[in-house]
Amino acid sequence: MPPSTSDSLVSLRNVRFAYGEREILRGIDLEIPRGKVVAIMGGSGCGKTTLLRLIGGQIQASSGEVRVADKVLKNLPKSDLYALRRRMGMLFQFGALFTDMSVFDNVAFPMREHTNLDETLIRDLVLMKLDAVGLRGAYKLMPAELSGGMARRVALARSVALDPMLIMYDEPFAGLDPISLGIIGQLIRRLNDALGASSIMVTHDVSESLEIVDHVCFVSEGRIVAQGTPAQIRESRDPFVHQFVHAEADGPVPFHYPAAPIAEDLLGAEERR
Amino acid sequence: MRMIANVLRSLGHRAVDGVWRLGFIARFLAMVLLYSGQSFRRVHLTIREIYFSGVLSLLIILVSGLFVGLVLGLQGYETLQRYGSSEALGVLVALSLTRELGPVVAALLFASRAGSAVTAEIGLMKTTEQLTAMDMMAVNPIARVVAPRFWGGVISMPLLAALFSAMGVFGGWLIGVPFIGVDDGAFWSQMQAAVDFRYDILNGVIKSVVFGVAVSLIAVFEGFDCVPTAEGVSRAITRTVVSSALAILALDFVLTSFMFRG
Repeated sequence: MPPSTSDSLVSLRNVRFAYGEREILRGIDLEIPRGKVVAIMGGSGCGKTTLLRLIGGQIQASSGEVRVADKVLKNLPKSDLYALRRRMGMLFQFGALFTDMSVFDNVAFPMREHTNLDETLIRDLVLMKLDAVGLRGAYKLMPAELSGGMARRVALARSVALDPMLIMYDEPFAGLDPISLGIIGQLIRRLNDALGASSIMVTHDVSESLEIVDHVCFVSEGRIVAQGTPAQIRESRDPFVHQFVHAEADGPVPFHYPAAPIAEDLLGAEERR
Repeated sequence: MRMIANVLRSLGHRAVDGVWRLGFIARFLAMVLLYSGQSFRRVHLTIREIYFSGVLSLLIILVSGLFVGLVLGLQGYETLQRYGSSEALGVLVALSLTRELGPVVAALLFASRAGSAVTAEIGLMKTTEQLTAMDMMAVNPIARVVAPRFWGGVISMPLLAALFSAMGVFGGWLIGVPFIGVDDGAFWSQMQAAVDFRYDILNGVIKSVVFGVAVSLIAVFEGFDCVPTAEGVSRAITRTVVSSALAILALDFVLTSFMFRG
């Protein structure tokens, strides 16, 4: 089980969230311990990204409590939320780099917006951040000139530009080749440890994630259905976890979208004809 | 009977929808104004947008202004000479341009050249999560992205309309004086005597400022409000051009009826 609240940077208590009538999260309890990398896994559309958006304060829970660094996010004034976000970094699925700025300016952006550092110091800091992701040599390039993996690394450098206490990753491995995937995985771990930050990673890449994270939570149908350390997850007998970790097509998560039996559909069509 | 009810229902629905949308736009304008401080404190952000909206629209504005002036010169001379007052060509060209054609045509061109570009840029930034990323970095996208583009448009528009009118007058002179042979002195002196600074020029400038606010607001709103997909952005761009054109023409009628009552 994850540690108690006092050691947690992020804590969610019985959080529910719905888009209109459609309920996405149905009572989530989650603790993100300080200094750890936690993966949130689950099938597409199970509410993983919604969880990140709740923690980032982009949306508000319908009920329950979301707490980040001992601050309850519900009805937090915009200025306080922004103060909190300055200590958070977020890596978006496709990087979300500013396309009208060079790699250098992208990484410098948060520093220029939030600090009064002079340009020479910003230059040194940006080059150090880029060096950490192995792209110091690419600082002059524009985002359009980068490969998917490189763009993700630049975005990673940008998200840690202000040395955040919490880094969130939305599908950091989606659409990457195996080499880039390994690099990003290692960077996530290294940056987390070097900065003494906590990381939350939303992903469905099982093998890569189990290598680098400290704790895994499985989300299905808006609930956390299983959690544990990577070793516990690998040995889990829970049918959902087993299906997910071993990539089985059918199991608790059905292969078929709910429908009437096929015979009924086909014969019914015959009869109607 | 049912068909009439359906038509009425759909009409009512559209009307309510339109009013809602107007409300959203008004609220959006209030937000833009509220977060405009940065656009003036960090003036380079606004200057960059003046460059993109204004300077890059110069070519189309100047060339169109010249052609409109040339046509006005030809048509004006054709009509005026029937009454033996071809020397009044300068007055006709200048008044048409400063009162109406300058602000209106420049605004229509501005909407299709710069307004559509602003909508596309903001829409694509939204689609590729750049606006969300900015918000997550504790940088308000309305202050950093929307407001500078809004003010860039508002400042550019009157300047472009003035240049359009100046180019148009030059076009009218080019056709009237060197080509047709209207007297040069009469062309300019009659213009000078008939065009009133406050009544004609200032009113034209007021019109172009109002059009600038309308076009810029529509452009940034449509971009910010678009559905974040390729289709959503393309629809937003179309809406910007169509709504801007209608807004310009409708506002022109309202402003003209207040300004020039004879």
